[in-house]
Amino acid sequence: MMPTGAAIEARDLTKTYGKEVRALDGLGFTVEAGTVFGLLGPNGAGKSTTVKILTTLSRPDSGQASVAGVDVLASPDRVRWAIGLVAQRSGVDLEGTGRENLTLQGQVYGLRGTELRTRVGELLERFGLAEAADRVARGYSGGMQRRLDIAMGLIHRPRVLFLDEPTTGLDPEVRADMWAEIAHLSGNEGLTILLTTHYLEEADRLAGRLAIVDRGRVVAEGSPNELKGELRGDAIQVELGDPQADGQASAALDRVPGVWEVTVEGRSLRARTENGSAAVPAVLQALEAGGIRVASVTIARPSLDDVYLRHTGRSLTRTEEHL
Amino acid sequence: MSTTLTHSWFMTMRHLRNLARQPWWIAITLVQPVIWLLLFGAVFKATADIPGFAADSYVDFLTPGIVVMTAAFAGGWAGMGVIEDLNRGVIDRFLVSPVRRPALITGRLVQLGIVSLIQSLIVIGLGLLIGARFPGGVVGLAVLVGCSALLGGSLGALSNGMALLARKEETVIAASNFVLLPLTFLSSAFMQRDLVPGWIQSVARYNPVEWTVQAGREALTVSPDWGLVLSRASLLAVLCAACTWLATRAFRSYQRSI
Repeated sequence: MMPTGAAIEARDLTKTYGKEVRALDGLGFTVEAGTVFGLLGPNGAGKSTTVKILTTLSRPDSGQASVAGVDVLASPDRVRWAIGLVAQRSGVDLEGTGRENLTLQGQVYGLRGTELRTRVGELLERFGLAEAADRVARGYSGGMQRRLDIAMGLIHRPRVLFLDEPTTGLDPEVRADMWAEIAHLSGNEGLTILLTTHYLEEADRLAGRLAIVDRGRVVAEGSPNELKGELRGDAIQVELGDPQADGQASAALDRVPGVWEVTVEGRSLRARTENGSAAVPAVLQALEAGGIRVASVTIARPSLDDVYLRHTGRSLTRTEEHL
Repeated sequence: MSTTLTHSWFMTMRHLRNLARQPWWIAITLVQPVIWLLLFGAVFKATADIPGFAADSYVDFLTPGIVVMTAAFAGGWAGMGVIEDLNRGVIDRFLVSPVRRPALITGRLVQLGIVSLIQSLIVIGLGLLIGARFPGGVVGLAVLVGCSALLGGSLGALSNGMALLARKEETVIAASNFVLLPLTFLSSAFMQRDLVPGWIQSVARYNPVEWTVQAGREALTVSPDWGLVLSRASLLAVLCAACTWLATRAFRSYQRSI
């Protein structure tokens, strides 16, 4: 692949596991150097597979990719020097101490002696692990293990850092700390970050640009605000009294003027409208006339979930609940 | 090459350190061969009385057999550590780093060799204590321990490779169980070769456990046939190198499957 100025470039990636499971189906995107790029989508959308390919762990069936200007498929060895990975299921050796984990990681990247010791001490300090440095990582909390993971990913000062679902499985408080940490990273040293997540809020807060991934393809790309800006007007969400299967509810709303993009999933009905508060009476009336019970109504400015819904026909929050 | 050696050493240190933190594991590992020696020694004591049995006492005969068996078993189970590292993502972390692939295997094998050495010394010491005599002296014992380490390394590499391919604890357990005991009993570890059925003698010729037992016992005699010792030791060295190469190749298969 021709090297470009981009920190990451993926083009037409496909990957099939076995005969049936198509994990990637022509996925592609470009990440400018020094930015935070988010891949947003539910589990199984192909985010982790993409990270595995870009970090040289796995290979695509077809397609091209380059990281830090180096062709991933042709020169994986060179790519490995330029990247750091914080994988979804961690990579901490639980039997080793924080310091030992970091030291070994540094040794693998050729750091030795004083330089190594200084760098390890620096990272332990920076990630709040100095006190726990000589304790075995098995006793670390989830947040501490995650911070150790990030410290290990950074030990050799990589140009591109991959964060694969960095806050999955963490408590909400710890997640907020981690967000602050990641936001802090992105400002530093021209580091490029590729972040995968299925948390809308995470993508919204951290990513300068993001790609919405669905069934192995990028279905939308842009900054969070651009993506939300594509959606005109407000989102109306109605919780129905009973689950709807036969399309009765959406049929009822089809006759209401100024309401569009009506979708129903289980007991949740969503629609878009120019002016939310003005449309609510008409919506309620139409539903009542159709004999449909309403439990609650919410109006909101477009969220990333609305963007996701629009491009995939499903709500990400709902998709996650069903998993 | 020198980078591979350095990386192997870093990995060896990691494995040794992790072992040192598991006192129960150490206790069991060290006591198990002792139990084998005492148990088999007691159960098969009468073997020395069989007409045609050459050794003076069964303990003389059995001690090298237990050293070999211990090394074989330690090697066979080595894949369990790989499974643990796979499950924790440690292997993946190393695979996306510039670490040399062979070092991920050889680091484990060197650790295995060091543990085997300690186990062997304990078994030999205990053997001497309960009356075993080795005319071959220190040189003979060194050959026995060295060949056992090569055997352990071969089986250890295979076990590691299989763990990378199967990625399941159950598979490693089943395969080790299936292979290790028959391999040990299809050799002269416990019984003089000309006293076992002919078909076992034929099969044993291709059994690396038998090569190790032969080399070790021969080196421990009054006047060893060094040609025989050397030929068996060379076979083991080649086998160990081949298995290590195979295990390193298994990383490719693993990476293709994820």
